Amino acid sequence: MLRILSSGPLSLVQDLGRYGYQNVGVTTGGPMDEHAFLWANRLLNNAPNDPQIEITLGQFHAEFTKSTMIAITGADMSPSINDIPIKAWQSYFINAGDKIKLNNAQTGLRSYLAIKDGFKAQPILNSCSTVTRDRLGGLKKNGDKLSDGDLLDYSETSHQIINRVPEKFIPNYTQQPLPLFVIPSYQYELFPKDQQSIFFSSTYTVSPQIDRMGYRLSGEKIKCRQPGIISEGIALGAIQIPADGQPIVLMRDRQTIGGYPKIGCLTNESVCRLAQCQPGSKVRFILKDLFQAEAEYSVESIFLKLNNGK
Amino acid sequence: MNIQPVNENTLIIYFSESIETAVADKIARVIPFLRQHLGSYIIDVIPSYTSILITIDLIKIGLREIINKITYFKSYIDALTIVNESYNEIIIPVYYGLEVAWDAENLTRHSSLPFEKIIEIHSTTVYRVYAIGFAPGFAYLGNTDPRIAIPRQSTPRMKVPAGSVAIADQQTAIYPRESPGGWQIIGRTPIELIDYQRENLCLFEMGALIRFQPITKEKFISLGGILNTSDSNLISSTKG
Repeated sequence: MLRILSSGPLSLVQDLGRYGYQNVGVTTGGPMDEHAFLWANRLLNNAPNDPQIEITLGQFHAEFTKSTMIAITGADMSPSINDIPIKAWQSYFINAGDKIKLNNAQTGLRSYLAIKDGFKAQPILNSCSTVTRDRLGGLKKNGDKLSDGDLLDYSETSHQIINRVPEKFIPNYTQQPLPLFVIPSYQYELFPKDQQSIFFSSTYTVSPQIDRMGYRLSGEKIKCRQPGIISEGIALGAIQIPADGQPIVLMRDRQTIGGYPKIGCLTNESVCRLAQCQPGSKVRFILKDLFQAEAEYSVESIFLKLNNGK
Repeated sequence: MNIQPVNENTLIIYFSESIETAVADKIARVIPFLRQHLGSYIIDVIPSYTSILITIDLIKIGLREIINKITYFKSYIDALTIVNESYNEIIIPVYYGLEVAWDAENLTRHSSLPFEKIIEIHSTTVYRVYAIGFAPGFAYLGNTDPRIAIPRQSTPRMKVPAGSVAIADQQTAIYPRESPGGWQIIGRTPIELIDYQRENLCLFEMGALIRFQPITKEKFISLGGILNTSDSNLISSTKG
């Protein structure tokens, strides 16, 4: 068991998400930073969908009752095992009785704690991803976040080889302004040329209004020719421009349909990067070719989701 | 039919630029067709009033290829004709009592009709599911008779009880769960619209036909309906 001594402000059980139910309004959930999540499972030779804990902001403290292998990826929260500092983006052997501690996020916002063969959580609608708003997933299947005293089961494992993520795949979370790549789509053509050029030449600030549903940004206002559209399906990373002209990027727990005009979508990689931004971070939007983005995401998906044949 | 990619693994098919019954029917027929022919490539589907959003499995297929495949089926999709008669009407029992019809006063004021007449109009119309979203199982039903159409509340309520039946403009809907909301509440159903444990997860699907049937308070309670403590407080002060 992993006994949670301190869950911190927001720690959630996540797998890759809940797919196939958006037609009845159930959102996908899943890791806010899928890149970091998939690497953590890969470091342990896990199946890509094996459940992990997504730790937002930090202050997570827990004790292991059985030996196992773990990996931590994502934000730097000065992790330690038995108060001895360890590095993120690497796997570690854990003895029964070891204590893990993650402090405050120094850079980035969310860390992933993966364990050999995943935490055992009962799926609901084929996923254990926690979506609080839909009351789905997590340890109790009802959307509750993890809390102090919770016990998560896992398989006991003996020592295995240590893996580390190559340096070039570890994102630099301190980059400012962070370039975010935008695929022009949806109502892109409904934004006048001068509005498009404002959008792509300004620097935006991540506002304090950020959650797993969406990231509200502040900066130069953008105006669409139409204030609203006929409600339609919302893809991951869609950039909504509501009447106040301030962009909202829709993230993993987004609503399934909506009627605000959208200037395009962030690439999957940029969604992962934005998910690690704290309020006050600066970002810029850069146009990206759709098929270039597709090729890059496809290569990453094949590499990270088809590992070891699982 | 207009197919447009929206991100690396998602595309949207537009069928019309305006909301029409025929379009909703069309979309309802296209979805099973696409699932049957291309289901192994599709991860998720979101139908709405005039469009279908499709997420694909990039490990199995690329965007250009799936667009080619859908385009290949264009003449089949165009030929999927409207067969309204093939749908059953789903009957939803509704208690229209004043203690649950929180916006009865707004509705009577706005329509200048007695509430009994509003109930009659609301419960004799056959509605169609135009879209499902906002929350799990929240179905947008159209069209409300223009005589009882009413704009949303200027300030949404923090808590609308589960099962509330409500009107906004020419649409009506049922709140599957307690949630915030700005629609004008006309009654309440005891029926569970969405149940994660149930095999038939959601009672409705896109294109389904719905009719509301007025029931008594006794029937409402016997079917498992719940009256909240806030209902009795509201009956005396039926505010706006």
